[in-house]
Amino acid sequence: MRQYLKNTWEGIWTIIIGMKITFKHLFVPSVTIQYPDQKVPLPERVRNRLYVNMDDCIGCDQCARACPVNCIDIETVKSTPGENLGQTSNGKKKALWVTKFDIDIAKCCYCQLCVFPCPTDCIYMTDVYEFSEFKRNELIYNFSTMQPGEVEEKKDNFEKFQAEKEAQKAAAAKAKAEAAAKAKAEKEKDEKSKNNNSKSSSNDVS
Amino acid sequence: MYESLVEITGLEIFAAFVSAAMPVAFLVPFVIIAVYLERKVSAHMQDRLGPMRVGYHGLLQTIADFFKLIQKEDIVAEGIDKKFFNFAPFLVFAGSYAVYAALPFSSKYIGSETDLGIFYIIAISGLVVAGILMAGWTSNNKYSLYGAMRSAAQIISYEIPTALVILSIIMWTGTMSLATMSEMQTAYFWNWNILGGPEWGITKFVLIPFLLVAFIILYVSTLAEVNRTPFDMPEAESELVAGYHTEYSGMKFAMFFLAEYGNMFAVSAIVSVIFFGGYQSPFGYLGNTLGIEWLVPFEQVFWFAAKGIFFVFVQMWLRWTLPRVRVDQLMTICWKYLIPYSFVNLLVIGIITLL
Repeated sequence: MRQYLKNTWEGIWTIIIGMKITFKHLFVPSVTIQYPDQKVPLPERVRNRLYVNMDDCIGCDQCARACPVNCIDIETVKSTPGENLGQTSNGKKKALWVTKFDIDIAKCCYCQLCVFPCPTDCIYMTDVYEFSEFKRNELIYNFSTMQPGEVEEKKDNFEKFQAEKEAQKAAAAKAKAEAAAKAKAEKEKDEKSKNNNSKSSSNDVS
Repeated sequence: MYESLVEITGLEIFAAFVSAAMPVAFLVPFVIIAVYLERKVSAHMQDRLGPMRVGYHGLLQTIADFFKLIQKEDIVAEGIDKKFFNFAPFLVFAGSYAVYAALPFSSKYIGSETDLGIFYIIAISGLVVAGILMAGWTSNNKYSLYGAMRSAAQIISYEIPTALVILSIIMWTGTMSLATMSEMQTAYFWNWNILGGPEWGITKFVLIPFLLVAFIILYVSTLAEVNRTPFDMPEAESELVAGYHTEYSGMKFAMFFLAEYGNMFAVSAIVSVIFFGGYQSPFGYLGNTLGIEWLVPFEQVFWFAAKGIFFVFVQMWLRWTLPRVRVDQLMTICWKYLIPYSFVNLLVIGIITLL
């Protein structure tokens, strides 16, 4: 009987205590953050979406090689000697047209390993974290600033330059061969000095 | 109200229809407010904010939800007994709405001025059990059936302490009509039944502790009867998905919802009528002091609604305080605690009344 009354009293008393606690919490300011209107400040070194500053990129491909998931895809075209690509902000001369710089951010594991090898600090993590898309291929970001036509032009230029070089090389080789033949013919007459001269001249051309 | 409408219009059908539809005009806005209140109260008790987007601090959230429910497809799965499945929500709602017929909203308005008010309410609320059982059984779903079975067991068990407590109050006040019961507790709050009723004397003070016990028993058992936490076994989300209304969608689900909230207000109103003076103001009426006669009934409606909503708030408060009880605990509370106490209470109140 005593136990019975005690149980009853305990039941009522604990309910009253519980209700007191919940009533207090009615007036405690809530901890909710109204997310899209109000954002939590991010820590200083957050790793979120990658960004590439193409003005500084020299197309060295080191980031792509550092990437553990191969999400960076870079293609470059060499510039011809007449073209001026400008300088990076830390004074490096650019020598490559970066025709393609794709980052598949869907694959990216946010390890930041691509950031450290960059010689010009042009690839880095930003604090943007809201970039969901409806289609997966919209998550492939094209950072290259070159237009497709421009890319073709640069490729053609380089090929032309290459062809010219080949031609020059061939011509040089031909000249060399001719010179060699000449030298051979004249070998009997004048042996050592002539041969050396033709060699050095062919070196200059190439 | 019915009589005066008959006098004014001369049409009995019209008067009957209007006085029958009056509680709907109260119930639907009440449900919209109560659902919003429930979400806000639960949120703030858990240090959250609750709905904040639709309207100022989410005020229009329930209305948006209501429109969403209307637009939803009415799904009737295969293997369901369609006739009873479609009928069950209406039966449940009818059961909870029928209670409103005997509730005195003010001295001028009561759906039916029957002398058997409280008896009728106890009887008619049994209809809800039939509806719930029907819904659970015809859903052809194990969860629903479990929910319905639990609900039936629970409601029937808890009818006993409710009835015993109400019986003791009836013995003491000598009336079954809720209108008369409210009228007896007129004027000021020290005339309320919880404080010993209107008659001054030694019995008033002797009775107070027993009436307090009666109030607690009645409140707990009515809480169990409307299937609210901590007695929400029939729709225990973590065990039974949603209990007996798992298979319902759209407006039929809304009917269950409406019935649940309607029931919540109905039992709160019954508690307030029996113990807290019903529609009576605790401090006298503004209309009487200013000499404006027609203001009094509106004030009474205000006090009635305010007391009802206060007890609905206490139900929500309890819901977010207590965890759900087990089935055996549920039955222990009812049969081992509430019923013996209510028997003792009945006996004591009876003896005091006789003396």
